[in-house]
Amino acid sequence: MMALAAGHGVYWAAIALALIGFYAMIAHGNLLKQLIGLNILQTAVILFFIAGSAKWGAVIPIASRAAGAEMAAERAMNPLPHALMLTAIVVMVATLGVALAVLVRLYRRYGSFEEDAILDRAE
Amino acid sequence: MIASQLPALLVVVPLLAALGVPLLAWPWPRAAWPVAVLATAATALLAVAGMLRALAGETMRYAAGGWAAPWGIELVLDPLSAFVALVVAGVAAWSVLYGAGVDDPRTRDRQGVVAALVLLVLAALLGIVVAGDLFNLFVFLEVGAIATYALVGVGGGRALVASFRYVILGSLGASLYLLGVGHLYLATGTLNMADMAARLPGTEPSRLVPLAVGLVVVGLGIKMGLFPLHGWLPDAYTHAPPAVTALIAPVATKVAAYALVRFLFTVLGPAYLLEHTLLGSALTWLGALSILAGGILAIRQTDFRKVLAYSSVSQMGYIALGIGLANPSGVLGAYLHILNHALMKGCLFFVAGIATLRLGGSALSDLRHMHRRMPVVTLCLVVAALSMVGVPPTGGFFSKWYVLLGAVEAGRFGLAGIVLAGSLLAVAYMFRIVESACLEPRGEDGHGHDRDGHAGPRRREPAAALLASVLALAAAVVAAGVWNAPIVDALRRAPMAGP
Repeated sequence: MMALAAGHGVYWAAIALALIGFYAMIAHGNLLKQLIGLNILQTAVILFFIAGSAKWGAVIPIASRAAGAEMAAERAMNPLPHALMLTAIVVMVATLGVALAVLVRLYRRYGSFEEDAILDRAE
Repeated sequence: MIASQLPALLVVVPLLAALGVPLLAWPWPRAAWPVAVLATAATALLAVAGMLRALAGETMRYAAGGWAAPWGIELVLDPLSAFVALVVAGVAAWSVLYGAGVDDPRTRDRQGVVAALVLLVLAALLGIVVAGDLFNLFVFLEVGAIATYALVGVGGGRALVASFRYVILGSLGASLYLLGVGHLYLATGTLNMADMAARLPGTEPSRLVPLAVGLVVVGLGIKMGLFPLHGWLPDAYTHAPPAVTALIAPVATKVAAYALVRFLFTVLGPAYLLEHTLLGSALTWLGALSILAGGILAIRQTDFRKVLAYSSVSQMGYIALGIGLANPSGVLGAYLHILNHALMKGCLFFVAGIATLRLGGSALSDLRHMHRRMPVVTLCLVVAALSMVGVPPTGGFFSKWYVLLGAVEAGRFGLAGIVLAGSLLAVAYMFRIVESACLEPRGEDGHGHDRDGHAGPRRREPAAALLASVLALAAAVVAAGVWNAPIVDALRRAPMAGP
C-alpha cells in the first residue's frame, strides 16, 4: 500500500477517477448522476494533492519536546496539502449542499431527475 | 495606517454586511437592501482609496494573521488589482442600488436572503482580486460561485435548471483550476504568486508546468464563459432574477478574466507567453472563436436577455484575444475592455431587467413602444448599444481599438479582421434590440395601441433608484470614452501593458 502511495501508481488512480467522474458528468442525462460524477472528479483532485505529500518512512509533522529529541523537518510529511484539502472538502460539501437543494426543488416541481423530461415540462 | 489594511477591508466590509443583513432582515425585512446599498457604497469608496494609493505608486500588502508571505496568506493591491477592484466595486454599487429598487414578485418575500448573497458574491469577487496566492484565489472563486448558484436558482422553475447546469460546469472549471494549481505546487513547493514567479524559472523542465497551465487556462476559460466552454452562461443570465443578473453579468466573468491575467502575467511572467507561442495562439483563437460564435448566436436569439448573454460570450472573446496577443496594445485593450464591458453590459442588463418587469416580458416583441413609455431608459439603451458596437466617443470604441492595434502590431491580420467582424455582428444584434425598442411597427398610427387593444403607451419612467443606476452606468460608458487618455496612462503601470 505504501509502495503504491509513494510511487506513480496513485497519480494514475487519480487520473482514472477524474476521467470516470468527467465521463459521468457529460454522458448522463440524469442530473443526480451528473452530480455524482462531479463529486468523483473532486475526490480525484483531493487524492492528487494528498498523494503529493506522501513520503517513504515519514513521520507525522508534529514537533514533540517531551521526547527530548529535535524533529528533523525533512523526515516529516508535508502537512500543507492536507490543510489545503480540508478547505477544499469544505468547498466540496457546500457545492454539494447547494446542488442537492436545487435538485430537491427541481424534483418537487417536475417530478424527475432526467434533464430532457425537466426541460420538456419547463416549456 | 489604514492603507496597509485596505486589501483586507475590501473583502471584510461586504463579508460582514453579508452576515449582518440576514440578522437585520429577520425582524425588519425592509432594512435588508438599504443596508446592502450602504455597505457596497462604503466598499466602492475603499476601492477608490485603493486606486488613488496605487496610482501614487504604492503596492499595498496585507499579511493575514501576521504571518509573513510566502508562508502566510497575503492580500495584495497593486495597480492592476486596484483597477479591477474599482471596476467591480463601482459597478456593484450601482447594481445593488438597482437590486434595491427592483420590485420583483419572485424575490419579494426573500429580500434578506437575496441581499445577503449578493453581498457575499461581491466579497468573494473582491477576494479574488486581492488574493496573493493561488489557493486562496480558488477558495474565493468557489465562495462566489456557490453564492451565485443559489442566487441564480432563487427564481425557481427554469432558473433551477440553469442554476444546476452552472453548478456542474462551474465546479468542473474550479476543479480543473485546482488540479492545475496542484501540479504547480508539486513543481515549485509554493502557492504564493510572487514566490512562485521567482521559483518557476529555476525548476527543472518537466511536463508538470505545461499541463498545469493548460488545466488552469481551461478552468478559468469555463468561468469566463468563452466559447465553447460557455454552456452555463446564457441560461443563467436569462433566467436569474433581474437584481441578480445586474450584478453577476457585468462583473463575474471579468473577475475570472482578471484571474487569468494574474496567472499568466504575474505567476508565469510575460516571457512565458512569448516563449510558448502555442499557449498564446490557443488563447487568441479561443477568443476569436468566441467573438464570432457568440455574435452569430446572439443574432439568432429572440429574447432581449439571451441576446445580451450571447453577446457577453462574444465580448469576453475580445478580452481573451487581447491577453493571448501578449503585446502591450493587445493587453491594454483587454484591460480596458474589462472596464468598458462591465459598464455597458451592466447598463444593458439594467435596462433588460426593467423591460422584463415593466413591459411584461423580455422577448424582443415586448419592447414595442419602449421609447414612448420610458424615453430616458431607451436613450441609455442606445448609448450602451453604441458602445457595444464600438462607436466613438463611447468607451467600447477604445478597448476594441487597442485590441485591433495589438493584432495589427503582431502582424496577425486575420485576427484583426475577426475583431472588425465582431463589431459588425454587434451592429446586427444590437440594432435588432434598438429597432424593437424605438421604431414603430409598420401600419400603426403614431399613438398605436398595444396587442390587447388597450390604451396607447403612456410615459412612465421606472422608480428613482432604477433610473439613477441606469443613468449612472450610461454616463460612465461615455465618460470612459471621453476621459480615455488618463485611464490608459494609469493602466500602463499594470503588468504587460507598459509602453
